Order: sequence, then C-alpha cells, then structure tokens
Amino acid sequence: MSPGLIATLAKMVVVLGFLLTVVPVMVWVERRGSAMMQDRPGPNRLGPFGLFQGLADAIKFFFKEDVTPSAVDRPMFLAAPVLALLPALTTFAVIPFGPDLVFHGRTIHLIVADADAGVLLFLALASLGVYGLVMAGYGSNNKFSLLGSIRASAQMVSYELALTLAVVAAIIPAGSFRLDDVVAYQRAHLWSFLPQILGFLVFLIASFAETNRLPFDLAEAESELIAGFHTEYSAMRFATFFMAEYISMTSLSALGVTLYFGGWSLPGVNLPAGWIGALLGFGILIAKIAFCLAVYVWVRWTFPRFRYDQLMRLGWKVLLPLAILNLLVVAALTIAGWL
Amino acid sequence: METAVFALFALLAVASAVVVVAHRNPVYATMSLVLTLFSVAVLFVLLGAPFIAALQILIYAGAILVLFLFVIMLLNIQREEAHHSGQAVQRWSAILGAAVFCGMLGMLLWRTHAAADRPLTGPLVSLKGLASELFTDYLLPFEIVGLLLLVAVVAASVVAKRPDAAPEAAVPSGAEPSEITTGAVTRETP
Amino acid sequence: MTALAATTATIGTTAGVPVSWYLLLSALLFAIGTAGALTRRNGISIFLSIELMLNSVNLSLVAYSRLWGDRTGQIVVFFVLAVAAAEAAVGLALFIAIYRQRRTIDVNRMNLMQW
Repeated sequence: MSPGLIATLAKMVVVLGFLLTVVPVMVWVERRGSAMMQDRPGPNRLGPFGLFQGLADAIKFFFKEDVTPSAVDRPMFLAAPVLALLPALTTFAVIPFGPDLVFHGRTIHLIVADADAGVLLFLALASLGVYGLVMAGYGSNNKFSLLGSIRASAQMVSYELALTLAVVAAIIPAGSFRLDDVVAYQRAHLWSFLPQILGFLVFLIASFAETNRLPFDLAEAESELIAGFHTEYSAMRFATFFMAEYISMTSLSALGVTLYFGGWSLPGVNLPAGWIGALLGFGILIAKIAFCLAVYVWVRWTFPRFRYDQLMRLGWKVLLPLAILNLLVVAALTIAGWL
Repeated sequence: METAVFALFALLAVASAVVVVAHRNPVYATMSLVLTLFSVAVLFVLLGAPFIAALQILIYAGAILVLFLFVIMLLNIQREEAHHSGQAVQRWSAILGAAVFCGMLGMLLWRTHAAADRPLTGPLVSLKGLASELFTDYLLPFEIVGLLLLVAVVAASVVAKRPDAAPEAAVPSGAEPSEITTGAVTRETP
Repeated sequence: MTALAATTATIGTTAGVPVSWYLLLSALLFAIGTAGALTRRNGISIFLSIELMLNSVNLSLVAYSRLWGDRTGQIVVFFVLAVAAAEAAVGLALFIAIYRQRRTIDVNRMNLMQW
C-alpha cells in the first residue's frame, strides 16, 4: 500500500462520511425549515429542537417492511436505487475541499480524484444519474412510475445542456478543467459569481432541475403522480432514492460553490498551513454548501410546481440561449483580458 | 497493476458486449451497452486519453443511450420473439463469420505491434494540446461537424413529427402541442 | 504534470500492457457487434450493435494514437462521437416514423422493396 493510496483512501473516507452525514441533517433542515415557512412548529419532540428526527427516520427506514411487487422486472427494480446513488456519491470526488496539506514531507492535494479532466468528469458522472430514474420507472411495471421517469429523464437531459454551458463559461477565465485551478484563479481575482451573474443564475436554475427539486419535481409530483418513479419502492430502497437526491444536491451545490463562490477559500484570507488550515478550508466549504442547501429548501417551499411543457420551454427556449449568451460574453471578456 | 485493470475491464467490455448482442429485451441490451461504454472509457484512460473517456461517458452513455431508452419505452418495444424457421442457421453462420473475421483481424493486428511503445508524454495527455490541435489544424472539420449536428437535429425533428391532420396546425402558433408530444424523443444533445 | 499524467506516464513502457492487446480487444468487440447486426431482427438491437462497432473503432483509434504518440487519433474519435450522436438521432427518428406507419420494427417486415 503506497502512501499515495493510503492518502486517497483517507480522503475517500472523509468525503463519504461527510456525504452520508448530510442526509439526516438535511431531513431535519427540510422539515423544520418547511415548518418555519408554513408557520407551524415542525418536529420538536425528539431531542432539543427535534434534532434527532433524522436519526429516527433512518431507524424507521431500516425496520420498515420491504415490499417488492410480484410483477416488477426484478433486476431493474432492484438495481435502480443503487444506480441512482452511485453517480451522486462519485461526483464529489473532483471537488477540492481544502488547501494543500503537507504531511510527512508529502504534499497532499485535498481532492479525492485530482484528474486533469475534473469538471468534465463531474458532468459525465452526473449525466449517468438519469439511468437510476429510468430503470426505476421502467422496472416498476406501473403507468405512473413510467410516466414519472420519462418526464424526469427528459427534464434531466434537457437541463444538462444549460448546466454544462454555464459550467464551461465558469471555467474559461481559469483556463483549466481542474477545480483546483478554478479555486486558485478565484483566490487571485474575485469570485466568479460577480462577473458571471447570468451564468450563475442559469446554473442555479439548471441545478434545481437536475436534482428534481421543486419547482421542477414533476418526476415525483406527489399530488400528480402518486410518487412518480419511486411509487413502488418502500423502506430501505425508498431511503436510497431519498439519499441519492440529497447527496446529488450536495454535490451540485459543492460544484456551484467551487465554480462561483471560491470553493474552500475566503477572499483575502490566507489559511494557515497544516491541519488547522485544512480543517478550516473544509469548514468554509461546508458552510457555503450549507447555505446553498438552505436555499434549496427555501425555494422548495416557496414556489409552485412547473407544468411539464413550461419546464421544457424554460429549459430549451430560455436557459439554453441565456447560457450561450453568457458563454460568448465571458469568452469575449477573457480574450479582452478583463477577466 | 495496470494489467489487472486492463484484464478486468476488457473482460467486462466483452461480456457486456455479448449481452448487448444476445439479450432479447432491448432495455437490458441498452443497459449492457452502457456498461460496455463505461469499460471502454476506463480503457481510454489507461491509454492516456482521459478527456475522450469523459466525453464518451458524457455524450455516449449519458445522452445517446438515454435517447435509445426513450425510444424503446415510447414505442414499447417488446422482447424479441423466439425462433422462427431459418433463424438458427442465420445466427450460427453470423457467429462463424464474425469469428473468422475477428481471427483474421487479430492476426493482422498482432503482427503490427512493430514500433516500441513510447511513454506517455504530457502533451499527448493534456487537454491544451488536444484543444489547440482541434481548433487550428482541424477547424474546418470541427465546423462541419457542428453543421452536421444542426442538420441532424432539424432532420430528426421533422421526421419524428406527428403528422397533423387538423388544418389549424398549419397556423404557426399551433406548433406548441406537437412539440410537447414529440418533445421527449426528438431533442438532440450536441 | 498532474497526478494522473504522472501515473500514466509509466504506462506503455515495457512493464505495461502492449498496445496490440487493445487492438485485439477492439477487433473482438467489432466482431461481436457485426454478429449482432447481422443476426437481430429488432431494428433497435441492430442499431445498438452498430453503436458497439463504432465504439470498438474508437478504441482502436485511441490505441493507435497511443502507439504513435500522435494526437490525431483522439481528434478523430471526437468526430466519430459527434457523428454517432447525429446518426443515432436521425436513425431513431426514422424508427419512430416507421413504427407509426407499420406498427412494427421487425426488419424482416420492412420488405416493401422486396420482389
């Protein structure tokens, strides 16, 4: 086991621990946040402020009866939750979560997969998230599930375009696909969020659509499609879809924060070298991601749901031209030397 | 280590390719093709082309095969019916032909590994090199491919459009309803 | 060079996998795809086999690009990916149109031009 391999395994453990911890916390945030917005108390019985609600939900999911309908396409039905979870977990691998750490004479980049094609890998793995939804809907042998999953996959594929163009525009000034370089660029100049506000808005809206969150959650539309593509799933399988949604929200927020808000860095602050700096960097990243997740919850309980044709029109006729316009403007500004 | 990774993903690619070709259910065949593409993408990384690998997953596995799945589900394509007369002969002769072809090609390629393998250099792997060559030496093909994709999008939209029987569909504002129904399958991702 | 490039720089020296193995794999995948394209009756399955063949060609292009140290192979793969996307879109649209007319995708039934 070479030291490099051990370092990578340690980073994977850290990232996985963070991602899996986010889910129960988000359950609590979602329920208390929605309660606050709807002027009701929300869960407040389990622990102070109902903080253990997420844990209670996890325990409930473990013990619930797992029902698999007899007429489903078994391999697809069983594989779909796993397929939905894998892209969500792996996309976080290219996000830098702290400054370089010097440990026993080795410089460790705090990023699980320091690939040359960083952002491209993120987008590629995120685009595989469609398959979990499609297989769930198809394998469920249920009209509502199929309809939900077809809508969801059309939506995700359409908004991936706008998302990709916004991301490409965000990395043009940095000149590299590696997110480390993007963060370094933002430390040297200002946060990309300011000159690329249009791109950021496109990214934000597209990321709501990519994660199937309101106002774009036609796929799960509780009041329309029963539960959409995860109608037939119960207990732990449903929990897996649930987890996949929250984790993909976290990964996409992490990408947005790294591209537009400087990632783990604060402007003008030089983090101390060593473990303290690394922990502080990670903490700053988590704080920014937490803010993004709070915005997700806020938007969910504020806006009504888009109709399917409105959603498609928004994706193709509004966001895509805006993303292209943003790309042209950013490219022109970068060539002119202003960015 | 590298040999182990190559062996694993080559085996996976061949196994899932056989499933693609042999499985009766087109949905399973498509998912198998996703696995094949993924394995080949890993092999691309081993060959020093990480960007092509990411592009393959992004475009091929993430968009084109989703389009396949859409059409399969839209048309509700069932499992292929089992045997009818003459099919066994056809199948075995195709397999035999493919095996002979593979053998011939293999022999040709095996003898071609003449030049010594050069180590992977930075420029070969880097994105900057790829992009600069693409946009200088190959600019014309690049633009033509863009035009090709545009033509493909227009063609697909026109061919797959539901034929409108009612006369009010001729009114330009009436284009919306047919867009919705065919929107799911005719969208192309560049 | 980044970590990935530094690791992959050791690939292809005498200790690694010879490029001809990749070429053999590409030939095998191509043969499998050909067998599928010739054998299946379902139009979509034929299409999938064709995509498999295109992919095997991509693999051999990248392998040759690695062998000669020339980036041209990778660039051609780029174009092949784009052309495959265009072809998939148009082909599937044609399948939809055919299905609307004849309610089947069985290629044995597409025999209007047969004697």
